Amino acid sequence: MRRAWKPWGALAWLSGILFVLPVLWMVLTSFHTESDAATNPPSLFAGLSLQGYEEFFGASTGQSPWPPLINSVSASVGSTVLVLLLAIPAAYALSIRPVKKTSDVLFFFLTTKMLPVVAGLLPIYLIAQYSGLLDNISFLVVLYTSMNLPIAVWLMRSFLAEIPKEMLEAAALDGAGLVTTLRRVVAPVAVPGIAATALICFIFSWNELLFARVLTGVVAGTAPVFLTGFVTSQGLFLAKMCAAATIVSLPVLVAGFAAQDKLVQGLSLGAVK
Amino acid sequence: MTSFTRLSATLAVLLGATACAGAGGIGDPDDPESINVLMVNNPQMLDIQKLTAEHFTRRTGVKVNYTVLPENDVRDKISQDFTSQAGQYDVATLSNYEVPIYAKNGWLEPLDGYLAADPGFDQQDVLEPIWQSLTAADGKVYAQPFYGESSFLMYRKDIFAAKGITLPERPTWRQVAEAAAKVDGAQPGMKGICLRGQPGWGQLMAPLTTVVNTFGGTWFTKDWQAKVDAPEFVEATRFYVDLVREHGEAGAPQAGFSECLNNMTQGKVAMWYDATSAAGLLEAADSPVRGKLGFAQAPVVKTRSSGWLYTWAFAVQKASKKHQAAWKFLSWAAGKDYERVVGEAKGWSSIPDGKRASTYARPEYLKETGSFAEQTRIAISSANPRDPGVQPRPANGIQFVGIPEFTNLGTQVSQEVSAAIAGRGSVEDALRAAQRLADKVAAKYRKG
Repeated sequence: MRRAWKPWGALAWLSGILFVLPVLWMVLTSFHTESDAATNPPSLFAGLSLQGYEEFFGASTGQSPWPPLINSVSASVGSTVLVLLLAIPAAYALSIRPVKKTSDVLFFFLTTKMLPVVAGLLPIYLIAQYSGLLDNISFLVVLYTSMNLPIAVWLMRSFLAEIPKEMLEAAALDGAGLVTTLRRVVAPVAVPGIAATALICFIFSWNELLFARVLTGVVAGTAPVFLTGFVTSQGLFLAKMCAAATIVSLPVLVAGFAAQDKLVQGLSLGAVK
Repeated sequence: MTSFTRLSATLAVLLGATACAGAGGIGDPDDPESINVLMVNNPQMLDIQKLTAEHFTRRTGVKVNYTVLPENDVRDKISQDFTSQAGQYDVATLSNYEVPIYAKNGWLEPLDGYLAADPGFDQQDVLEPIWQSLTAADGKVYAQPFYGESSFLMYRKDIFAAKGITLPERPTWRQVAEAAAKVDGAQPGMKGICLRGQPGWGQLMAPLTTVVNTFGGTWFTKDWQAKVDAPEFVEATRFYVDLVREHGEAGAPQAGFSECLNNMTQGKVAMWYDATSAAGLLEAADSPVRGKLGFAQAPVVKTRSSGWLYTWAFAVQKASKKHQAAWKFLSWAAGKDYERVVGEAKGWSSIPDGKRASTYARPEYLKETGSFAEQTRIAISSANPRDPGVQPRPANGIQFVGIPEFTNLGTQVSQEVSAAIAGRGSVEDALRAAQRLADKVAAKYRKG
């Protein structure tokens, strides 16, 4: 039986390709020489070169890209772990065992995202300065945790709400306590949701630039800040910039692929309900 | 139970690792023998990062931690750190626009004492307009130049010869406009001239203000009257906009220094009026236009010279606790010997030039840069930030007005002019709007 041609399928393919094209262009440009990368119209078929990658690893500056990459991993992983530790119990309390005024609590979480980030920049800078936490990666961990927590609570809540009440009742009938219920009943069902939430938090904190640029300096600079350092107003930088961007996006890509199975389950599991 | 223990152990390790990364690591800011330097990402700064360990740290024991950012970001970051005197950075690159303003606010360490104690630095060797532009109203020097530049006209000798055009050493803008019309289309896809059209006080506004100066215009009179809609300012701007619209580069409203550099390198324009520091990039070993270039002084109308003056200089933050180590760094980076180090390691055409008279007496340097070295030296030496036009000015500066408000004012006005270059709106309307903005700034100073 032949499947009918579906316009939606073609549209999905088209938008997929549109999204991927700039990324492909970035990867291709990263393998060009600076002068080929700068031509207009772009020289797609120019010879390939590793010059951009050599520059990323400090060929002409001697500056190692590892400290900022390690900083980014610390900030993203650290904040994601903290977010999950706080968001899962909170979501449990809001969905499986709803506390009083659940919707007020949820709305309160949401309101914290309503203030434009930039409006909080100056107070946060001053707090960091007076508490001696400027240029300290721990401060970014705390900051990213608080930025991602509301989203994580909302996401986890909708994932946990998917768990059938009957399962919990059955567990209670069998004499399972809270810890056992969480471990043996809730966790296995919620793993896809946790994976999706973790990935989103990881991506958000990995890509964060505004706070990282303002609050870090010599020691705690993250990868996105390092990345912007390749932009210069005198001279060519497109190839090394693309090489740097390609490398910096790799961890997110790897994390995405690693969590792919869980993610597809998780994302289709009702977050959009 | 065991899996819970394992989970909490893993978490403890992860969080511990995070805390460690924050506390220890790459460069301890409290180490007396290390300084933090914040600088703009220009090619000359890439070299110094590479050369510091071997040529500075090994000799002095002072370790240097660099933070490098693009121009706009670095300005944000510097003003953040210096206005709050947070002291994260001991040294930062400031331009001659910021140095007098920062010094007046007490954010910089005066350098006269260090200069007196360090005769080997040879301050007398620094070109006079450059060190004067780094001197504040109190007469003290607050920064040392890393490299300096003026502006001049770069053109394709080969194209001009083929068309039978000659340019005098000090051309007028009229001659340049005529030449632009003749060489426009001299090769397929080649336009007459590249002039910046990208908005920004440091982009479009820099060359345009030098044109305004030499047409007899000014932003403000000595007694703080805004003169942006005065006939001279309007005439100069209309000339600039018409020239770039008729014979200028493709995509002019977005073209800044880098775009024009590309256009010139790729043979898409026959002339370019911009920073003298571009000459070294055009004459670089791998440049397709190497050896095909002629250089002339910045075009004029009513003034004798009209080139701008700009320098990226190293200044020491007042709140830094490591003034001595910071001076050691300045003395090395802005000194004569550093130019030799770069010349030998990277080639003499890439040394941070345009700041010392002795540079222009080095045979190795002149051998590499003979085509533009003398024109550069003349351009920088004839720049006069105190008197760049035909009338007295209330503040120093050639391509800018040396007041903190100018970055906003210049950028806003440049947006209007850039729109006129793009064909949206007339020069007159743009400058009428600009006059209102400039008058608000002037009113503040009139009150005192």
